[in-house]
Amino acid sequence: MLNHDDSSAIPQWTHDGSSRIPFWVYTNPTVYERELERVFYSKHWNYVGLEAEIPNHGDFKRTKLGERSIILARDADGAVNAVENICAHRGAQFCRERFGNNKEFLCPYHQWTYDLKGNLLGVPFRRGLKKGGEVRGGMPADFSIADHPLTKLKVAVRNGVIFASFDHDVEPLEDYVGPEILPYFDRTFDGRRLKVIGYSRQRISSNWKLMQENIKDPYHVGLLHTWFVMFGLIRGDQKSHLVMDAHGRHGVMASTREAVDGGEATKGLNSFKQDMKLNDTRIIDIKPEPWWNGPTVVMLTLFPNLIVQQQSNSMSTRQIMPRGTGAFDFVWTHFGFENDDQDMALRRLRQANMFGPAGYVSADDGEVLEFCQDSYEQDTNHIAIAEQGGKDWGPSNHVITENVLRGMYAYWRKVMEI
Amino acid sequence: MLAPNSDYLALQNLYSDYATCLDDGHLEEWPEFFLDECEYRIQPRENYERSLPLSIMWLESKGMLKDRVYGVRNTLYHDPYYQRHVVSAPRVTRIAGGEIRSEANYLVLRIKRDELPEILNVGRYIDTVRETPDGLKFKARLCIFDSELIQNSIIYPI
Repeated sequence: MLNHDDSSAIPQWTHDGSSRIPFWVYTNPTVYERELERVFYSKHWNYVGLEAEIPNHGDFKRTKLGERSIILARDADGAVNAVENICAHRGAQFCRERFGNNKEFLCPYHQWTYDLKGNLLGVPFRRGLKKGGEVRGGMPADFSIADHPLTKLKVAVRNGVIFASFDHDVEPLEDYVGPEILPYFDRTFDGRRLKVIGYSRQRISSNWKLMQENIKDPYHVGLLHTWFVMFGLIRGDQKSHLVMDAHGRHGVMASTREAVDGGEATKGLNSFKQDMKLNDTRIIDIKPEPWWNGPTVVMLTLFPNLIVQQQSNSMSTRQIMPRGTGAFDFVWTHFGFENDDQDMALRRLRQANMFGPAGYVSADDGEVLEFCQDSYEQDTNHIAIAEQGGKDWGPSNHVITENVLRGMYAYWRKVMEI
Repeated sequence: MLAPNSDYLALQNLYSDYATCLDDGHLEEWPEFFLDECEYRIQPRENYERSLPLSIMWLESKGMLKDRVYGVRNTLYHDPYYQRHVVSAPRVTRIAGGEIRSEANYLVLRIKRDELPEILNVGRYIDTVRETPDGLKFKARLCIFDSELIQNSIIYPI
């Protein structure tokens, strides 16, 4: 592993608490290296996929945990394995397809083969090539096949959702998610069989943390996203609550749609369009589902790399994969349930117009994150303010607040020792 | 149905006029290239080829196209940019039942203020075109893109 961690390269965090965030947390390479080590590669679970993506024996999916390429594979016994996509021999990233099916992994360079658990099976000419009574080559006598598996990750699957960690001592997933957040996770993922309906992939030129912050910040939702406000999908005056785990690292925003008209939440809003009417309302034609149990919107952030979206009938997981300080890849996996009827399947697809890289309420998030990163890179000593609703963090019964974001930085400072 | 030359020219003009409309930023005229009952989608090739129905934009009527224009103009905050389409000559794949099926490769560049041009989207149009008293109109235009990893966002139609 790279080890550039030099504390002297990290500036001083000058304010108390986590309500004033210096720009250098988004730009400093030493901070970033430490994040990879402490947040992505140890002590944390990362979302890596859905079981529905690899239903059959031999199905595999290539993805990333942090910056590292990994492969998920469905084993013969039904278990999900995760291995790093680095051949033990010369280090080639041998798996190139995003999805496929094979019963073993083969590195094309020298044809070393591995089983789906990552155990090394075969090394060509391990005993050398016999020709005319002579043996040419061969691995040294002390070379042990058993000592050279692929790097294996620890895997946890909960109700169809797959998490992985390079750290085999990571706490159990349920403890990691925590008793406050777990019921919201299980609300969507209660064991029903999921059906993947497609992918969207973005590369956004901002630090990865800004994406977590964006979803942990309900203050912006009724302001930036005119579309939401206009159709009452999310508004500042709706019945809402925010939940965090004991560490402040994970968060939930749950909100319930109410009648659509003007009112307090729209007064003085430049973005509010009183006269906005759709020619075709199918995109916002929402059918309540019994399992919602109230909230029409639940946005869940699991630190460090997952957002689970239930916005009306549209659902997705959004996976964050950092690429240096100033960019991350963002993969949306939209899904429904296997027992959805045709009407519900269509609603989920139509409402997906609001989300993703062209979405009415998501494309603009990516845009503003880039605007922020532009500034952060110009003057790393500048400091951002996150004091809507106070300076502390904790649960809330409204959304005019940045407290969930402050919770994340309280935790981040502790883990990062910054 | 189609005589050579002039009818093909009409189809070519439909493609060219469509691209010009978007490149000129005349979004309000864009829905008029379509029938009232129409389909427009921008879909990653991986979804298209795996029969996964998700698109990044899926509009099912001219009304929805108009709503997209309104949404872009009035609700969707975004970095301003020009776009420039380079579209190949249409390849007619089928003419039957009063409809033309045709396809064309496209390359769309995005040029932001103070930035160098970049590739916004590259892919293939898969079209169904009908003749109307007002000329040729799209019954369906599918934009199936190879550039699956999108540099941030796609705001305007392509």
